[in-house]
Amino acid sequence: MSNRLINWFKFASPQSFYPLAGKMIPWFWALAAIFLIVGLYISFFVAPTDATQGEGYRVIFVHVPAAWMSMFLYCVMAGWAGIGLALNTRLSGMMAQAIAPTGALMAFLSLWTGAFWGKPMWGAWWVWDARLTSALILFFLYIGFIALQAAIDDARRADKAGAILALVGVVNVPIIYFSVKWWNTLHQGASVSIMKSPTMATTMLWGMLIMALAFWMYSIAVILTRVRAIILEREAHTEWVKALPEVRGESR
Amino acid sequence: MLTATALSCVRGERLLFAGLDLALKPGEWLHVQGENGAGKTSLLRILAGLSPPAAGEVRWQGEPIRTLAEEYRRHLLFLGHHGAVKEELTPLENLSFAAELDGAALSEAEALAALSRFGLRGREDLAVRFLSAGQKRRVLLARLAVRKATLWILDEPFTALDVKAVELLSNLIVEHVRGGGICILTSHQSIPLPNGKVLKI
Amino acid sequence: MKAVIAIIRRDLLLAMRRKSEVLTALFFFIIVTSLFPLGIGPEPALLKKIAPGILWVAALLATMLGLSRLFAPDHADGTLEQMALSPTPLGLLIAGKITAHWLTTGLPLVLLAPVLGIQFDLDTEALGILVLALLLGTPLLSLIGAIGAALTLGVRGGGVLLSLLVLPLYVPTLIFGAGAVEMVVSGLSAAGHLSLLAALLAVAVFFAPWATTAALRIALE
Repeated sequence: MSNRLINWFKFASPQSFYPLAGKMIPWFWALAAIFLIVGLYISFFVAPTDATQGEGYRVIFVHVPAAWMSMFLYCVMAGWAGIGLALNTRLSGMMAQAIAPTGALMAFLSLWTGAFWGKPMWGAWWVWDARLTSALILFFLYIGFIALQAAIDDARRADKAGAILALVGVVNVPIIYFSVKWWNTLHQGASVSIMKSPTMATTMLWGMLIMALAFWMYSIAVILTRVRAIILEREAHTEWVKALPEVRGESR
Repeated sequence: MLTATALSCVRGERLLFAGLDLALKPGEWLHVQGENGAGKTSLLRILAGLSPPAAGEVRWQGEPIRTLAEEYRRHLLFLGHHGAVKEELTPLENLSFAAELDGAALSEAEALAALSRFGLRGREDLAVRFLSAGQKRRVLLARLAVRKATLWILDEPFTALDVKAVELLSNLIVEHVRGGGICILTSHQSIPLPNGKVLKI
Repeated sequence: MKAVIAIIRRDLLLAMRRKSEVLTALFFFIIVTSLFPLGIGPEPALLKKIAPGILWVAALLATMLGLSRLFAPDHADGTLEQMALSPTPLGLLIAGKITAHWLTTGLPLVLLAPVLGIQFDLDTEALGILVLALLLGTPLLSLIGAIGAALTLGVRGGGVLLSLLVLPLYVPTLIFGAGAVEMVVSGLSAAGHLSLLAALLAVAVFFAPWATTAALRIALE
């Protein structure tokens, strides 16, 4: 009896969040699809061919939003982590855990598309450009976070340890970015920037913004789906999860 | 005066105990009993302030130990499963380091007296590595003799001790309790000590 | 404060009793730096150019070696519990442990580095800056590393995980540390790099013991 009481009291937020997230997910998927279609249409058909970079530049419509998202998601993850440490809420740890894989995916996507863009531009798949290098390190930070959480069995300990790592990481990200930039200018490496392209047309900017919105919506939808799965997994022993129609249907 | 109200403890997904109350006045000692995995060690760690309880509160002299923090630890001596005894150091070094960590002044003469009380005379300059398991426990217990703490929390203090050491330790605990101290311990053996409280979990 | 000094003294004593750990890291440092010329070729101009980077990367890896044993023995034998129960705040004791770690791993590297620098034909000024940069940088490595060591305490595959967590965080130290020496080699002033290292150190001295303590408390729960 007392067992149930504690769970009710303590896990109230995941329990109320679970159905809420379930209701929101389809909306975010729909928005993601709409923005993606519009964004891709603009990037492929409306945006003009770049005078200096030709058609190859169009990869930036994926590259730049992915890079933005990867940085932004890290901050959001650290934010949840901080809330989790300060208020000791269970949901925050779950959110941080749900965000990490998407953030890593975005970092990887920005690296990959960066390489695609770099080949025609610099003539090499990889250049030790400040942005690329910091994106690589950001990717490592995500992987470290995921690996640490995966290595700790006790979910609460994993949450807390991950939270500290995320906070340490978020303090370090600007320092790392600054140091890499400093290192890059010192060595006069390739400093060609996509954003500094002289013929940056307004339509390009619009395309990028809409694509960024599409990435946003996609990330939110995926993260909510993942957090629902995490809630189910962690709260599997509680009464309310056992009472869920989708859970009962499966066990039968 | 140590009080605990409505303590509960969750390990992993399992609830070990809930709604546990206890109160100990100076001069009292408590024997915590229970099967393996019942949560004896978890309870002691909660009482020592090492891990937070899932629910409930521990108070010392009426103040929650969370807010007392360092003030509480000044009065506390906790001996866990592991000895906190360094194999590479000698019994004497171990003892003086423990005292310095506790913020207590310990002269070499006092330390030697405590060690000889536990039959370690002549071995005080030998690395602990070369001592037997029972002797290692004795090094640990010598801390009890030198540390002037009011509250002792001892997790299985009688393991790996021979008859003579068990008697020594019992005397030490009786002495401590008679002098107005509080002692909480776990043990699978019955303990030859007078007027103790018993808590079964 | 007495307890902090006691902990530094004890850790130094322990390091003396198990010398092999300290010496292993030192010889690792020497061997790694000696491997580079063998891999790259003996051309002095090239070696001189890459020397700061090699010395710094080797110092970084040598620091990593003993890092997983920073808290593990204390955790295993219950000393960490006793530290957490000490009337002295745990953060101060941890700062003491980090200091001892630097004294036993960082400082020997600092002292050995000029000798290795000579192998790479660095001149006196560059050697001086190398020592200065390492003097500012190696405490940073210990401080940041301690956070990783605390986070991976008692965790499956802790050692490998530790390097995954800590090495990306070492990037700024590496860049400014190696950069300082490089500036001198190419005839410029290293003041900018050194002051940035000092700034990083100031920030880390403040935050790292705190984060380490928080991570250790989680491991102790």
